[in-house]
Amino acid sequence: MMRMLSLLGLGLFSCLSLADGRLLATGGASSLEGAAGGGITPWAVLSGYGERGEWGADVFATRVETGDYRLDVAGVAASFDNRIELSYARQRFDLGNLARNLNLPENSLSQDIFGLKLRLFGDLIYDRLPQVSLGLQHKRQRDFLIPSLVGAQRRKDTEGYLSASRLILGGAFGYNLLLNGGLRYSRANELGLLGFGGDRRDRHSVLKEGSIAVLFNPHWALGVEYREKPDNLSFAGESDWADLFVGYFPNKHLAVVLAYARLGEIASLENQDGVYLSIQGSF
Amino acid sequence: MRLPIIALLLALSACAQQPPRDDSLYRALGDQAGIEAVVEGMLLKIAADPRIVHHFEDVDIQRLRDKLVEQFCMEAGGPCTYSGDSMEESHTGLNLTPSDFNALVENLQAAMTEQGIAIPAQNRLLARLAPMRGQIIDR
Repeated sequence: MMRMLSLLGLGLFSCLSLADGRLLATGGASSLEGAAGGGITPWAVLSGYGERGEWGADVFATRVETGDYRLDVAGVAASFDNRIELSYARQRFDLGNLARNLNLPENSLSQDIFGLKLRLFGDLIYDRLPQVSLGLQHKRQRDFLIPSLVGAQRRKDTEGYLSASRLILGGAFGYNLLLNGGLRYSRANELGLLGFGGDRRDRHSVLKEGSIAVLFNPHWALGVEYREKPDNLSFAGESDWADLFVGYFPNKHLAVVLAYARLGEIASLENQDGVYLSIQGSF
Repeated sequence: MRLPIIALLLALSACAQQPPRDDSLYRALGDQAGIEAVVEGMLLKIAADPRIVHHFEDVDIQRLRDKLVEQFCMEAGGPCTYSGDSMEESHTGLNLTPSDFNALVENLQAAMTEQGIAIPAQNRLLARLAPMRGQIIDR
């Protein structure tokens, strides 16, 4: 049995390790919701390094620490044919100071995110058109008591996004420039950690997100990201998010992203600036 | 009096016919010797790359080297003329995939890095070659 398993493992490994048809860093890192991308936004690229007819996959772990709160995320994503990506992420949001201050019944909020991303057309680098992908994310909040008490209307929801990505060779004073822009159709409160829809507003919003990065060489990227967020709950405001990140891609099996994130007001606590660290393994 | 004017006109029209070539990329790549070293370095890396080496089994490597040097030199604005076949012709029947193309790009990048060529110059050459992808793959 063990021998069979190890043979199967070897077989899988040899299949997977062949899938490196794309250039370094073009699989992106893993976004907070599990899809390939930057940190707080997805990109149009698909996880891993599989090109046409190849598989790609990644696993990742991310921590965001703001002083008052902590967000931990872990997940996996797999893609095939540089066409379709499936992903899963579990988020755990530690309420830290807020739970102590307010004597909350629970000290963390969690959710599961099941993602699907489809490349519609274009190519990140080569085609006439930029790479454009359509994504769906089905989110299930796992601790709905607190969200329901602050006005959230539902514990699960599905949202969609459209994302376009383009790498411009030499586009930034000779260095490669990566541009991403997206639109999201969502009513998730704080990604969904505070449920979906609210007492103030219970409809989907069209939200803009985007990022710009410069690749100083194939291994290092420096960039900024921005993500618009809805404001559905009356008990507290919800801020748009932004960050400044450094990405390191030593090879096609490892990516590390370190960022300084400005997350604004979260669940009534303001000025939630913090550090973001994400580590991704690709196959 | 008339002669200098004619000479000036001739000189001006000569300028108009042959604008000074922008050979800054050619020079950034290290002129002829630099380009030869890049092409040879790339071919050596391809020879050791199990992903794509099989596509080069029946290829006259000396001729390929000469034509690539010509092509890179011309694309970089150097004083060369490419005398080889068109990209479509030379890749017909090879059925190259996007992955094959990227593998070659990686070998080219590694060869340029080995030659100490600055990243912006590397990117300029890649940007000149990238539009040829459609004439190279799936032929």
